[in-house]
Amino acid sequence: MTEMNMTPANDPAAENLAPLSKTQQTVARSLNRRHRQEKLFKGVGLGAVVISLTLVAILFINIFAKGLPAFWQSAITLEIYFDPEIIQISEKPVQQPDETENAFRQRFIEWQSEVGMVNFNRLILEGLSNVIPEASERKYRRDSARIVTSGERYALRDMVIENPEIIGQTKTVHLLTDANIDVWLKGNIDRSLPDAQQQLSPKVREWVTMLSEQGIIENRFSFALFMNPDSRSSLASAGLAGAFMGSLYMMLVVIFLAVPMGVAAAIYLEEFAPKNKLTDLVEVNINNLAAVPSIVFGLLGAAVFIGWFKLPMSAPIVGGLVLSLMTLPTVIIATRSTLKAIPPSIRQAALGLGASKMQAIFHHVLPLAVPGILTGAILGVAQALGEAAPLLLIGMKSFVAQVPTGPFEQSTALPVQIFLWQGNELRNFFEARTSAAIIVLLALMLSLNALAIWLRKKYEKRW
Amino acid sequence: MKMNKLTKLIVASAVSLAFAGQAHANRDTVQVAGSSTVLPFSSIAAEEFGNNFAQFRTPVVGSGGSSGGLRQFCQGVGTNTIDIANSSRKIRPAEVAACKENGVKEIVEVKIGYDGIVFASRIDAGIFKLKPEHVFLAQAAQVPQNGKMVANPYTNWQQIDKSLPDQTILLAIPGSNHGTREVYEEKVIIDGCKSFAEVQALPKAEQNNFCLAMRTDGSVVEIAGDYTETLARLQAQKNAVGVFGLSFYEANRDRIKVATVNGVEPTVDNIIDGVYPVSRPLFFYVKGEHIGVIPGLKEFAEYFVSDAASGFGSPLEAAGLIPLDDDERATILANIRAKKSL
Repeated sequence: MTEMNMTPANDPAAENLAPLSKTQQTVARSLNRRHRQEKLFKGVGLGAVVISLTLVAILFINIFAKGLPAFWQSAITLEIYFDPEIIQISEKPVQQPDETENAFRQRFIEWQSEVGMVNFNRLILEGLSNVIPEASERKYRRDSARIVTSGERYALRDMVIENPEIIGQTKTVHLLTDANIDVWLKGNIDRSLPDAQQQLSPKVREWVTMLSEQGIIENRFSFALFMNPDSRSSLASAGLAGAFMGSLYMMLVVIFLAVPMGVAAAIYLEEFAPKNKLTDLVEVNINNLAAVPSIVFGLLGAAVFIGWFKLPMSAPIVGGLVLSLMTLPTVIIATRSTLKAIPPSIRQAALGLGASKMQAIFHHVLPLAVPGILTGAILGVAQALGEAAPLLLIGMKSFVAQVPTGPFEQSTALPVQIFLWQGNELRNFFEARTSAAIIVLLALMLSLNALAIWLRKKYEKRW
Repeated sequence: MKMNKLTKLIVASAVSLAFAGQAHANRDTVQVAGSSTVLPFSSIAAEEFGNNFAQFRTPVVGSGGSSGGLRQFCQGVGTNTIDIANSSRKIRPAEVAACKENGVKEIVEVKIGYDGIVFASRIDAGIFKLKPEHVFLAQAAQVPQNGKMVANPYTNWQQIDKSLPDQTILLAIPGSNHGTREVYEEKVIIDGCKSFAEVQALPKAEQNNFCLAMRTDGSVVEIAGDYTETLARLQAQKNAVGVFGLSFYEANRDRIKVATVNGVEPTVDNIIDGVYPVSRPLFFYVKGEHIGVIPGLKEFAEYFVSDAASGFGSPLEAAGLIPLDDDERATILANIRAKKSL
């Protein structure tokens, strides 16, 4: 090797001076090959990066191109006259001082049913005939009933229930149009197809084109997507609110179960547990648990929580419990590695100053570990949020048309809602809707991950 | 302090779990599961029911196929079991027996209407004028030829019949978890199969097994998922012919076109008149033991078959259900009211 230092192979002057030794010749000969290998390896590596980034880009472009338009939905602006002739209802009940809560609720439900008997479609039809004079003609009944999506009559009903004083007044309302009108206006169906293959009748298409030129039908931000639960009878009003609340309840269960349990287990294992065969076994099994496919937890949940504990099906509580099991090993492993990374000098200093082991850990080690634990917990929760497979097995893929008001009520979850919409038969409308739901889920996951990164950056200490 | 909070959290979680046992005792939501063909109708009925009956919660509708739903249904009586099983075929005697064994003794059968089964291909593929025997010849393991049974030689529809398009055979049929499969086999495959003299010569007991044996060379694909999966298969492979429900086809007319069967186009009128051969009644089964226990169960069942929900001009008809006639509707309503069990 000393030879080489004295006469470097790449020094042209040296080359002329003395003939190369045998070793130098071997090295010089292999030089090209080695450089080539390096280039090749770099090329392969770069290629891998480019290919994976392209794939991710294609995925995102595809989802965003399909999903973004679904955040805006075609809506029609109508002047609705709340005609007292049509809405003939009694006074809205008011709770009497001597009336019990239950009796009043009973009376209120009866009144609600009475309001429900009103044919709100007639109000919509009258509003429509202001902008399309021929809409109220008998022969176009079927066509004019297809302009506004069927769920909007309940929106009018709820307006009356909310405030009966609007009876007799005229209100400007924005009503969602039928899903197929949205599809037509967005060009998601081939407009050149013959009538037999179109979803909308020629008359409806004519009206819709006219109204959208006049600006009476226009794309508005779709609050329905966020405020409504899923819907099948009025496809245009299908929204994510039910699935969102279901996911929220599940995440609360995960946060309140998996995080404290995982952190406690990790502290015990890392700081207090004796090192013996048993704890080794526990450690190996926690790692195994982290590698168990999530669908297995679903089977377990269906058998244990629903079969034995008789918890309700399709309820976020069961989903939360299953996802807690799944998140537990993640939290334990993250917490343990954080605790391991705290320098032993912190513990030793505390112990040296007379703190008990408990005090040393809870007053000195744990506060330093909090950012790491939080990061681990948030990543665990984000993973649980995106999980669909185990939920399918505990009945959470049901159609639920109500926003759950507690963890024991039936609901779906965001990833499962994506799965359900993907299976909806009106493909033209729900392809976009599904991608919109994916965007919402991705946004939630990314913000959780960003929160984790921010927490780590903000509270991280280096030694 | 930290410790205290942690302990509190753990105790709170434990307590909430303990209460969970109690909470299940008063489920107030009707729970439905089963056939994916009935699912859209059932969901719409559930939603309308929830919107029209302020005193009840909206029923929750799951899928899983007719067989899956009935299996869940027969798991037993209790609020952690479902109240209604949707089915696109009649319940089998074996399933009734399984139900009885698990304590489900009162099974109220409710027919909700009819649905057609259609063969459809991609909009840019050839036009199919199918007969049941064509479909049998396309999917069977062995076919009769000149008095003998030979391994299925057909790879192209034109080899089966000159009138069919020049297209490789690729048939996407529903998996055995679907009720549609049973109707498809009964009304198409067996019907087509038994039109051959060679098959009729076989012993009666062997005929069905022979007819239903499927080729395994990849020309027939069983789809376990929903019709969307079948549609995706069609979009990926131009040659594929899929089996769909009529209502699914109606919602996707711009992407797929239907085949006629025996020269009859699948339309609502043809199905009502019984001209189109491949149609079937749709059912749901109500657990009699749960009536009166789960609030709204009986009312939901009655609402579902009411003229307002599933008659002519109703939301369910708009979604593609072929309504019952008035006499049938009246009988079924009376059955529900009387809790008439199978």
